[in-house]
Amino acid sequence: MSLPDNSVWTRVEVGLNALAVDPAGLGGLWLRARSGPVRDRVTEALGALPLPLKRLHPSIGDEQLFGGIDLTATLSSGKLVERAGILAEPAILVLPMAERTQPGLAARLAGAIDQGTGHCLIALDEGAEPGESLPEALTDRLALHVDLDALPYGETDRIVLDEAALAEARARLREVRAAAKVLEDLTLLAARLGVHSLRAPMLALRTARALAAIAGNEEVEVDDLTAAVELVLAPRATQFPEEEQDEAPDQDPPPPEPEPEQGDQDEGEGETQSLEDLPLQDILLEAAKATLPADLLAMLAAKKANRGAGGNSGAGAKRKGNRRGRPIPSRRGRLDTGSRLDVISTLRAAAPWQTIRRQESRFERSLHIRTDDFRIRRFEEKSDRLLIFVVDASGSAAMTRLAEAKGAVEILLAEAYARRDHVALVAFRNDGAELLLPPTRSLVQTKRRLAALPGGGGTPLASGLKVAMEVALQSKGRGMTPTVALMTDGRANIALDGSANRALAAEDATRMATAIRLQGFPSMVIDMGQRPERSLKALADTLGAPYIPLPRADANRLSSAVTAALDA
Amino acid sequence: MTQPFPFSAIVGQEEMKQAMILTAIDPGIGGVLVFGDRGTGKSTAVRALAALLPPIHAVASCPVNSASLDKCPEWAHLTSTEIVTRPTPVVDLPLGVTEDRVVGALDIEKALTSGEKAFEPGLLARANRGYLYIDEVNLLEDHIVDLLLDVAQSGENVVEREGLSIRHPARFVLVGSGNPEEGELRPQLLDRFGLSVEVASPKDIDTRIEVIRRRDTYETDYDVFMEKWRPADAALRDRILAAREHLKAMESSDDVLRDCAELCLALGSDGLRGELTLLKAARALAAFEGDTKVTREHVRHVAPSALRHRLRRDPLDEAGSTTRVARVVDEVLGEPA
Repeated sequence: MSLPDNSVWTRVEVGLNALAVDPAGLGGLWLRARSGPVRDRVTEALGALPLPLKRLHPSIGDEQLFGGIDLTATLSSGKLVERAGILAEPAILVLPMAERTQPGLAARLAGAIDQGTGHCLIALDEGAEPGESLPEALTDRLALHVDLDALPYGETDRIVLDEAALAEARARLREVRAAAKVLEDLTLLAARLGVHSLRAPMLALRTARALAAIAGNEEVEVDDLTAAVELVLAPRATQFPEEEQDEAPDQDPPPPEPEPEQGDQDEGEGETQSLEDLPLQDILLEAAKATLPADLLAMLAAKKANRGAGGNSGAGAKRKGNRRGRPIPSRRGRLDTGSRLDVISTLRAAAPWQTIRRQESRFERSLHIRTDDFRIRRFEEKSDRLLIFVVDASGSAAMTRLAEAKGAVEILLAEAYARRDHVALVAFRNDGAELLLPPTRSLVQTKRRLAALPGGGGTPLASGLKVAMEVALQSKGRGMTPTVALMTDGRANIALDGSANRALAAEDATRMATAIRLQGFPSMVIDMGQRPERSLKALADTLGAPYIPLPRADANRLSSAVTAALDA
Repeated sequence: MTQPFPFSAIVGQEEMKQAMILTAIDPGIGGVLVFGDRGTGKSTAVRALAALLPPIHAVASCPVNSASLDKCPEWAHLTSTEIVTRPTPVVDLPLGVTEDRVVGALDIEKALTSGEKAFEPGLLARANRGYLYIDEVNLLEDHIVDLLLDVAQSGENVVEREGLSIRHPARFVLVGSGNPEEGELRPQLLDRFGLSVEVASPKDIDTRIEVIRRRDTYETDYDVFMEKWRPADAALRDRILAAREHLKAMESSDDVLRDCAELCLALGSDGLRGELTLLKAARALAAFEGDTKVTREHVRHVAPSALRHRLRRDPLDEAGSTTRVARVVDEVLGEPA
């Protein structure tokens, strides 16, 4: 089971084989790829898995999942007809558009996987941005993580799973043993790769077992382990096993002692064990490193931002944004889990037809109701607000301004329970802008992220506005209502392309401001300079925003000014 | 039917296990909130606890698990007095659950097919006399949280909707879990949880290996593993039952009451719920340890769990609330003996 050419595709093939041997044990596959021929090649092969394939969709209701009354059949036959849910029997659950999965569905599917009733989830994640992906509650439980986004069709091939051989392997699976050392090594390696969830080494072990069963080994061997590490642990890595960040994959791995991190974790016994097992550890580590993407750190940063921003991946911003609101008139519709029947309107809709239906009907019933009489209650939803602070971190006063902005963010968050506002913070300085605090309501996270703020340099106002607009657009997609609060004291002097050109910088800033206004995002401009700056007033006009001069503002005044402007 | 992972076999996470045992001894403590990272055994512990708890006696087919017929709600129209033994209910409250599912609603099926106005009980009814488990409690929708607050407070679920007017008992222990990085809980809901614990992935490599080893044995060698841990679980169950008995005769001196009050005063926790929970938890711990009297040490031991989540939020405080509680406990009660 070694991987001769170590290509992504070979790994996919090995992974599918392992999945076919132990579908329920491995939990499933998280396949990140856009819809297309490459992905189709993988999904075609799923037919060879030993369980029936069932397709879900991200907005599937409880009734379809867990079963319920078949209303149409019940109404037409006049007696209770029940329908079994998709989760009633073990199945391969194929979830397309997995990046749209709501936390509620994620929790249900995670529960289904946890119960060990034999379900296996194939999540087809079509996320385009790093921020869009399957909720972590699920990724944590699926053994295989594969990203095919960059893979050209030419490097793929038809996957043929040998069903007979796999069935034999499945029969052998229970007999496969794993040495105690194997288990320790996997756990150790997971820790070194910064994989904190304990599910990961467990899943890696099961994968190795499945691979050993395919190879006909009675015990898990090095090749099986290597492949399992590549499939399960490497994609979850959150750190390079060594301190050097741009460690080339082909370098010799240094022995484990020089790493401070490792040393900490390996107190006492652990240290000696890892030394004893150096060869196996080395081989596994090498395997993991070879598959770690070169831009791991950048990807991690994106992932982290996503986690904070909440994305679709479980922070639940959307659900909170869509509270139950003011009731509005009910409307014809289908009855499923998310909807509530408006009984009175349904009866009213059915009433005129009663005489005719009674004549037509074969049943003696006092009331004849058809599915198209159903009226569903509707509510007007009110979104949560997101306040995006865009803070000028340039020049000499940067530190104070940032500190006050941070204070204002924390005060607003502390009050946020009453109003349920979310806050984000973008800082701009030198030649670019940075999203320091992705939209959050968590005071814990805010403190962690805003502990150290860098300052100084030029004023790339346009970049700041650009990042703010991106954040605003993203959050709008999640059902929030974003507001941009710009805090600065000076003129733009760095253009979007990073050049120090005052005229171009001002032009870019105006362009971005127009774009924000066109998107319809409300905003405000807070001038924190000693003297009102005329260009900022003009910028505020372009944004269609109130211009608030607030020299030497402190956190308290800032937050109250912002609150006042928001409520105005 | 395979049994859940045994409670006694959970490695580490002592504070979480202790908190769950204490609520099992005295459900009046009012629930546990477990905050921490993924894959730290939160769900495992809750499911394991369910299997560990002694069964309850309830009227057969009673929707709210009443102990005797006169306690059954009249809308259930029960006549049989048959008492059955059933496991302590542990009801999952999934995210995205609808209000109807939680409180119960008009039974649409009966209304449409037979024209009968009947009540279809919800999750709160099923959780009566048991546990209500909410994973990702911090992501729960606001209106559901409001509902839960109300019911957890009154112990009764009142349904006034769609022409129904129904009430039934809903006394349950709330167990919530979540990851604080993804959002925080409102202080009002925090306060409803009796105890709160913070869990983290074990940092020590040997502990991690032990976790994996046990889990692996549980899966590959199920029978042997269960055989090995069954006695430990049974012993724990007996200890919990004994502690419940013990609890009735538990004495708590004025000194201990004073300790509780002083601790809460020093920490500035809102209301008196802090003191009450602290005392109850200390009594339960004393009972669990087989002591006849609550001592200062018991109070010290449960103080972090009982008070950690009741501090006033201080946006400018950089240290975590656990540190604050520990500091105040040492100040008020003196250094541990």
